[in-house]
Amino acid sequence: MRFAPRLNAQTLPSWVAVLLFVAMFAAGSFAYRGFFSGQVLLNLLIDNAFLLVVAIGMTFVILSGGIDLSVGSVVALTTMVLAWGVERAQWPPGLMIAIVLAGGTLFGAAMGFVIQAFQIPAFIVTLAGMFLARGLCYLISIDSIAISEPTLTAWSQARLPLGGLGEVSPGVVVAAAVLAAAVWLAHGTPFGRAVYAVGGNERSALLMGLPVARTRIAVYALSGACSALGGVLFAIYTLSGYGLHAQGLELDAIAATVIGGALLTGGVGYVMGTLTGVLMLGVIQTLISFDGSLSSWWTRIVIGALLGVFCVLQRGMELVHRRSE
Amino acid sequence: MKLTKSAQFWPALVLVLLLVANGVLNPQFFALTWRDGHLYGALIDILNRAAPLMTVALGMTVVIATRGIDISVGAVVAIAAAVAASLIGGKLVIVDGQQVHAPSVAMPLALLAALAAAALCGLFNGVLVASVGIQPIIATLILMVAGRGIAQLITGGQIITIYHPPFFFIGAGHLLGLPFALWLVAALLALMAWLKHRTALGLFIQASGGNPVAARLSGINARGLLIAVYAFCGLTAGIAGLMISSNVKSADGNNAGQLLELDAILAVTLGGTSLLGGRFSLRGSVLGALIIQTLTTSIYSLGVPPEVNLVVKAVVVFAVCLVQSPELRGWLTKRRAAS
Repeated sequence: MRFAPRLNAQTLPSWVAVLLFVAMFAAGSFAYRGFFSGQVLLNLLIDNAFLLVVAIGMTFVILSGGIDLSVGSVVALTTMVLAWGVERAQWPPGLMIAIVLAGGTLFGAAMGFVIQAFQIPAFIVTLAGMFLARGLCYLISIDSIAISEPTLTAWSQARLPLGGLGEVSPGVVVAAAVLAAAVWLAHGTPFGRAVYAVGGNERSALLMGLPVARTRIAVYALSGACSALGGVLFAIYTLSGYGLHAQGLELDAIAATVIGGALLTGGVGYVMGTLTGVLMLGVIQTLISFDGSLSSWWTRIVIGALLGVFCVLQRGMELVHRRSE
Repeated sequence: MKLTKSAQFWPALVLVLLLVANGVLNPQFFALTWRDGHLYGALIDILNRAAPLMTVALGMTVVIATRGIDISVGAVVAIAAAVAASLIGGKLVIVDGQQVHAPSVAMPLALLAALAAAALCGLFNGVLVASVGIQPIIATLILMVAGRGIAQLITGGQIITIYHPPFFFIGAGHLLGLPFALWLVAALLALMAWLKHRTALGLFIQASGGNPVAARLSGINARGLLIAVYAFCGLTAGIAGLMISSNVKSADGNNAGQLLELDAILAVTLGGTSLLGGRFSLRGSVLGALIIQTLTTSIYSLGVPPEVNLVVKAVVVFAVCLVQSPELRGWLTKRRAAS
């Protein structure tokens, strides 16, 4: 199990992303008073724990050569069902969390099945899934539902001290656990190797006797589960359920994965890269909010530009790689 | 038998069934009245409201025919609307005790600038896809993410209200009794149909979508063609942006054209154009857009919350994709042969 990738043409974008993150954090530290602190760094994680979990699911999908556009709306649906369950139906939060996690997994598995069984392009199936999940939110309620349930409220406000660095929310611990599990799953299990193989060359994977169909369905189920877990974290973070939550989150998740160095054609990338991507998106937001004079829409423009730069960089690496072969 | 073989038979049948269902539920549905020199009625309303979607769907059709996709059209709609609104913007001045609006830039110039901005967005997509070689969904994702930011940058994060009455003609005016936007769509459809059937362009597009390698070997300038197709799609999004902003008399960088890309893709697939590229149908995409708008209107008139529309759309996409899937067809014919 190799944790940090060696530097070569394929991993260069991942390393560029790490360097860029360090450079941005350093620039922020020089430019703004109070930026250089452990708590600012930890706040990146607190504010983006749900995004990290969702993006990890997306990483597996992209590694397998697919795409999942439904993650944002699955997050919204999860917040909605959770909020409705604990507030309106008065069910215990633990039970509701189990229900939404199972629901998200099933939702993803169903999409994976349709993609695999009928060979329909992943983006159109997950697009339909995106419509469906958002629409289901509104079937529950058009308005936002505030969560005042004591256990969830306590989790939302809880902070775990982390020595001299500062403190983190329970969501960060969950995200860190998911990250560790995902690194193990991707780089240390037969399933992970199958995901890379399917994304690299599906036909070869099939000829090697790998369970392509099962792997593909499992990948989408995993993404659904991660989205549901991300939704639980989001609902606790914002203490509400709303059909308009997490709009455009799928774009952030894809951007984080790509910036982290995963190749969109599949088969190449690292789960740890996604952490870099998420931190990068977070640091951009933090820089813009620290500056104060820049408006919030600059975030979208910078993320878009960054996504563009990394896509072109990837493409360049691909060409260099092909020429050297 | 021959009729059912026509590519547009199924979408046309769905549209007719939807209209009949509406007619049964609401006897007034088919009523058309002539008032103030304009035709009024639910049918005209559906046509008028579908105009921006039809426009974008036509542009999307040729992109999909080249095996591509453009998910940035919604953002481009917002950019075009923002450019037009901020240029026309101007302020209200009092002349002879009456409020008169003075545009800051002549309207034709503002419209041209908006369309140019939209075409430029499309050109950017085209260069990323054709010259840099990024997959279309990711290349256009970049503009989809950044585009709304750019639109908000232009409008300064505000919803810009437009006070210039001549501008309202595009989206709300009437020509010969019909909404002007419909004439725009008809002109666009006629132009594209002419290009498709009377010039080699249609063949080139179908060829490069059907088999890119063969098309390149037979001497088609695939790169130039792709760039032109994406630029054209951007232009149609720009026209739709003008229609939308003119109809609502404002430009909202955040919400104009929200989810329009998805509706456009849905309209194209409903119309029978395969997402795998190759043969495309312009009439089919127009039919698809009309189906979506009729569905929306029906849901409104039934008194169901309009957001539920998303669930219906999802079911429709699933159904259409399943029908188009060769795997399902093969499976069905096998069963039929066995029995």
